[in-house]
Amino acid sequence: MSDRTTLREAVAELVNDGDAVALEGFTHLIPFAAAHEVIRQQRRDLTLIRMTPDLVYDQMIGMGCARKLVFSWGGNPGVGSLHRFRDAVQSGWPGSLEIEEHSHAGMANRYVAGASNIPFAVLRGYVGTDLPEVTPTIAPIRCPFTGEELVAVPALRPDVAIIHAQQADRRGNVAIWGIVGIQQEAVLSARRAIVTVEEVVDELVPHPFQVVLPAVTVAAIAVVPGGARPSYAHGYYERDNAFYEAWDPISRDRDRFTEWMQRYIMGTHDFAEYVESLGARSGSR
Amino acid sequence: MSTHPSDAYSTNEMMTVAAARELRDGVVCFVGIGLPSEAANLARATHAPNCVLVYESGTIGAKPEVLPLSIGDGDLAVHADAVVSVPHIFNYWLQAGRVDVGFLGAAQVDRYGNINTTVIGPYGAPKVRLPGAGGAPEIAASAREVLMVLRQRPRSFVERLDFVTSVGYRHGGDSRAELGYGGAGPTAVITDLGVLRPDPDTRELTLVALHPGATVEQAREATGWKLRVAGELSTTESPTDGELSALRDLHARTTAARKEAAG
Repeated sequence: MSDRTTLREAVAELVNDGDAVALEGFTHLIPFAAAHEVIRQQRRDLTLIRMTPDLVYDQMIGMGCARKLVFSWGGNPGVGSLHRFRDAVQSGWPGSLEIEEHSHAGMANRYVAGASNIPFAVLRGYVGTDLPEVTPTIAPIRCPFTGEELVAVPALRPDVAIIHAQQADRRGNVAIWGIVGIQQEAVLSARRAIVTVEEVVDELVPHPFQVVLPAVTVAAIAVVPGGARPSYAHGYYERDNAFYEAWDPISRDRDRFTEWMQRYIMGTHDFAEYVESLGARSGSR
Repeated sequence: MSTHPSDAYSTNEMMTVAAARELRDGVVCFVGIGLPSEAANLARATHAPNCVLVYESGTIGAKPEVLPLSIGDGDLAVHADAVVSVPHIFNYWLQAGRVDVGFLGAAQVDRYGNINTTVIGPYGAPKVRLPGAGGAPEIAASAREVLMVLRQRPRSFVERLDFVTSVGYRHGGDSRAELGYGGAGPTAVITDLGVLRPDPDTRELTLVALHPGATVEQAREATGWKLRVAGELSTTESPTDGELSALRDLHARTTAARKEAAG
C-alpha cells in the first residue's frame, strides 16, 4: 500500500547503492525530479534501466551513479546526441559503463515478462542483426509446438521502478494519461515503485486512454508539481524544448557539465528550489 | 543548369515531397521522428488523408497539427484514434503484421538497405557511439514494406556497415527470406538527389530516378559503394504548387507553435 511521503524520504528509503533502477516515461512524463534526488543522494553502482535514456540518464551517468546501462535508444530526443552517455561509452568518463542494449520491442517484452513473473519473453526480431553478438541477453529459442525459431529475452525485474504521473487519489491510486508508454509494465515488473505526481485529488476522473495503477502496486507517492520538467506532462505542461537544446552545449564539456550539476542539482535542496534557481538564471521556468 | 529550378524549391523540399508521394492513401504507416514524420504528415495533408500514422510511443491514427518535437508530443495523443502501451504497439501491431509501411531514417545504410544506428568504429571501442536500435530493427523486420528517407552523403551511404542494427536485404538475393520475417524489406530509399530501389534479383539498391537538376555523377560521388544506375533513369516530377504550399504551411505552423510554446 502506498505511503504518501517526500521524494527525499522515498529515495533515501527505497533506492540503495547497487540497485537495478528503472526510471520510465517514454519521452512523456519523464521523472526528472526523482532522478535529481537520486543524484543528490549520491547513489552509486546502479544498474540503470530505461528504454530511452535521455537527459535524465545523461545526468545520472555523468554524475557517476551508474555501473551499467540497460537500454534501447540513447539520444537527446529531437536534438541530437547524449554527450555524457557517449563520453562514458567512448572514454570511460567518469567511470566505465557496462552497456546492455536491446531494441524497443525487446525491452518492452522484457518488462512484460517481469510483470508477468515469467523468466523470459519470446519475440520475432533481432535475427540477422549484429545485436545478438554484442548482447548476451538475446538467445534463439525453438517453439515447442511449431518448431519455429524465435528469440528469447530475459525478464526485467528492477529493484525499484520510478515514474512520474499526473495524479494520485487520497487512497494512493495513480492515474496516467496521454502517452502511457511503458510505465505500467515497469511498475508491475519491479520489486517496489516510487511515483511522483503533479497533484493529489479526492477522486480520479476518467481521461481518454487513462491507465490506473492501483495503490497496492506502489510503495511511495510524493507530490512534486512540475516533476517531469523539462519533459511533458499531458494536461499540465508541454516540453521545455529550449532546455533540451541548451543541454547539448552544457553536456558536451565535462567541466561545464560538472559545474552545472553542482550548481543546479547538488547546490539545491529539492526540485522546487532547482526550478526556482534555473528560472532566476534564464528568466523563464 | 537551366533546368535546375533551385529558385523555386530546395533539395530538402524535393526529398520530402518525393518521399511523401511513396505513401499510398489508407495505409497503416509506422513513422519515425524527423524526415519520415515530415514526409508522412505531408502525405496526410495532400494525397493520403486516410493514412493511419502510428508512432512508437503508442499513438495509432495520430493526426498532429504540427510536426512533433519527439514521439512524446501530447499532440500525437490528443487526435489519435487510440493510444496504447509500448508492448501493445510493438507486439499486436508491428509484430502481428498490421503495419503496411515502416518509414525510417538512418545514420548509415549499405547497398542492400541494411541500417546502422549503433556505432561508428568497433563496438567495444567506438569512434562514435550512436543512439542505438530504438524501434527500427522490428520495423525493418515486420512492416510489410519499408521506406527510407535520408540525405545522400558518402558517410551515410557506405560500402560496409560497422554494425548491422536493422536488416534490409542482408547479403542480397534471397538471403533476407531465410530470416523468416513477415516484411518484404525496403522498397525505396528517397534522398535529396533521387530515388533508389532494390534490383528485383540481386536486391542491390539501384538509382532509378534523379530529382530535377541532380546528376548521376553527383549521386555516384555521394555514394560510398559503386552505385548501380538503372538503364532507364527517370526524372522526379518537380513539387507541385499544392505540395509545396502544404509543406511550407506545415513548417510555418510548426515554427509558430514552437515560438508560442517557448513564450
